[in-house]
Amino acid sequence: MAVAFTLNGAAITVPAEPGDLLIDTLRTGCGLTGTRYGCGEEQCGACLVLIDGAPAHACGRETATLEGRAVTTAEAIPAAIRDAFLAEQAGQCGYCLSGMLVAATALLARNPSPDRAAIVEALDGNLCRCGSHPRIIAAILRAGRAA
Amino acid sequence: MIANTLPKSLQDNPRLDQWLAFRPGGAVHLKVGKIEIGQGIATALAQIAADELDISLSRLALTAGDTDAAPDEGMTTGSMSVEMSGGSLRIVCAEVRALMLAEAATRLGRPAAGLAVEDGAITENGAPTGLDYWSLAVPLDRAITGAAPLKPRAAHRLIGTDVKRLDLPAKLNGAGFLHDMVLPGMVHGRVLHPPLIGARLIGVDEAAIARAGASFLRRGDFAAVLAPNEAAARAAHAAARPEWQGGRPVTHDMGEAAHLVGQPAIHARFREAPRAEGERVSATFSRPYISHGTLGPSVAIAQYDGAHLTIWSHTQGVYLLRRHLAALIGLPETAISVRHAQGSGCYGHNGADDAAAEAALLATLRPGPPIRVMWGRADEFTHEPAGTAMSVTIEATLGADGLPADWVTTIWSAPHVARSHLACMLAAQSLPDPRPDPEHHDPHPDGGGGASRNAIPLYDIPNLTLDVHIVQRPPIRTSALRGLGALPNIFAIESFLDDLAARAGIDPLDYRLRLLSDPRARDVLITAAAMANWSGRWRGGEGRGLGLGLGRYKNRSAYAAVVVEVEVDTEVRLRRIWCAADGGLVINPDGARNQLEGGIIQAASMTLKEAVRLGPDGISSRSWADYPILRFSEIPEITTTLLDPGDVPPLGMGECTMGPTAAAIGNAVAHALGTRIRDMPLTRERIAAAL
Repeated sequence: MAVAFTLNGAAITVPAEPGDLLIDTLRTGCGLTGTRYGCGEEQCGACLVLIDGAPAHACGRETATLEGRAVTTAEAIPAAIRDAFLAEQAGQCGYCLSGMLVAATALLARNPSPDRAAIVEALDGNLCRCGSHPRIIAAILRAGRAA
Repeated sequence: MIANTLPKSLQDNPRLDQWLAFRPGGAVHLKVGKIEIGQGIATALAQIAADELDISLSRLALTAGDTDAAPDEGMTTGSMSVEMSGGSLRIVCAEVRALMLAEAATRLGRPAAGLAVEDGAITENGAPTGLDYWSLAVPLDRAITGAAPLKPRAAHRLIGTDVKRLDLPAKLNGAGFLHDMVLPGMVHGRVLHPPLIGARLIGVDEAAIARAGASFLRRGDFAAVLAPNEAAARAAHAAARPEWQGGRPVTHDMGEAAHLVGQPAIHARFREAPRAEGERVSATFSRPYISHGTLGPSVAIAQYDGAHLTIWSHTQGVYLLRRHLAALIGLPETAISVRHAQGSGCYGHNGADDAAAEAALLATLRPGPPIRVMWGRADEFTHEPAGTAMSVTIEATLGADGLPADWVTTIWSAPHVARSHLACMLAAQSLPDPRPDPEHHDPHPDGGGGASRNAIPLYDIPNLTLDVHIVQRPPIRTSALRGLGALPNIFAIESFLDDLAARAGIDPLDYRLRLLSDPRARDVLITAAAMANWSGRWRGGEGRGLGLGLGRYKNRSAYAAVVVEVEVDTEVRLRRIWCAADGGLVINPDGARNQLEGGIIQAASMTLKEAVRLGPDGISSRSWADYPILRFSEIPEITTTLLDPGDVPPLGMGECTMGPTAAAIGNAVAHALGTRIRDMPLTRERIAAAL
């Protein structure tokens, strides 16, 4: 079967059998590697994407459920947010950052100038092992100030 | 003959062209052995090279970690990359610059002293001469002499500045990792891992594997599924239901460090001194087995065309991996190429080499297509080498002044360094006729140590005895994890010192200063204490605590002092953390601060939360739910200060905050509770037990 949805603003139709996961559709099918495979268990947040604006784990979402939805991946988040991460040098290994960018995008869309507490709450499901948390918080504060 | 005083990296790779090449179009190709593992080394090395060569950063391209195209500098470990690779690169680049200037002087008929380099172009009194590095084209296939003077600190333009990480833009744009690499015709393998060391495979559901669209490969107990895509490999791996028999038994209580004490071990006495007379005090500290917890899984790609084997891996050492693979597979080293590609954050000997060996074995069993192996999250938790549990007992005799008159440390640990042993590779243990277990010795502390790393106090303590017991058959595979023994040892030393200070009725800061003559150690300690307003420290025992910790990583790298403020009721909440560090000449201060902060957060996570659980089926922590780490909501405000000790060489900084952070948290919790917890992690259960 095939499923049609909007991917990063463009209409797309992809094959999707029951059980096929969005993360594989994106990474393997579409070549969009920004959606990182972390745990495959919806526990780390590395694979976050936006579905109709809300953060969702691509590793736990079946592609077949996306008919008519709008999916946004890390590749398509606003440049200003990415720039804020670069300005704060918010990362070490960088593997978690796609998920952080996506979570930040969802937060800033509903709260354009979040304070530290709001950022912490929004990102608490995203793991970072290198300990870049303070810089990631600073980057989102910066993006909020710039908004 | 004059002894060769060049750094080891240059002795091992003695020609200029092993390090540097000028490419058409005004590019400079740097070749180094130290690889990017998330620590920012690629950027720091580029800064060093650009400064010594007088070129802009944008001209540089870097090849790091490639057995065909980059020098052998051993492993990227132990916070040594800036010291080793950076130091070597400085010498190489200074020498190339001097050779170019000499050649320009000859061609122009002018003294070299009047010439300079501006972004690769030779100038005289600021005016172009028409010559540049590329047109001069001095041959670089010549021996490195080390004769060219290095630039003084005042002449640095990029060293010491906050150059932005060169690798981050790609990683923020969806690329940059080995995980993202796709080769034509690539197939996907997953290996079935034995739950216990030495377990034998007695059954597997081959029909289910076939139904999942995969094929099954087996050699001895090395068994894998091969599928056309990653999803099918994952599904076939989940469907395989392997049955295992035997193996080294594991029980739940083997997860405690105390279980190591008294097991068959190799003993080394690294220091020995007579005991003093007087009152004796002792305490035992521990930490459990811990996991790397790298966010992304281990991955590798291998391709064998029947004659040559090529492997892409996020290994910390391409040359050692090649040596192991040659022995494992039975190919000459010349028939193997190992190329580094970046992985998720690397904090030590993780699953990278094992995944590479698995891909390489599958590629030789199935020549032709590139074969990619990517582990799952449970593979990481259950089959990467863990950081070992450690038990550290300190006994001291107190002098009349309340200061230690002797100091006896006894450590029980599993191996911290297993990488050099092929027999310790996961795949090697599953192939027919597995190699016998090697003997595990602890590296000598004077060379950095393993379990003994930072076991020797930084303080002026007389009559030191140090005994280390390395347990030879621990329940699970163990190897290097960030800082090795430094974290548990500094936790033990600094906790013990706080207890001695309390016993003597002396403030913990004053007590340390009485024992500390190293001026750089005093500086970081006094600075961190001032940052935290230590003199305003309150009476403890009422739920709020302030604690400090000090260390010099490996007793010879960077210094760090950390002060932590906590609140404790049923559990520990980190309120503030202050850190002062001295890493000598700092190449990239912002990058250094990033490393200091990262080390603080990772150490805090280990100290408060982390323990690998064991059970009859081996490691029972299989997911992030079983092995929680520090989250955003648990991260305190962190303030770091980098001291400038003047014109001194760089000291590795990547691991220097780990031990002091663990120690400062332990001391802050003790201050808050009025009683000490000596076993990490400092969990809710341990707090309840302490009260």
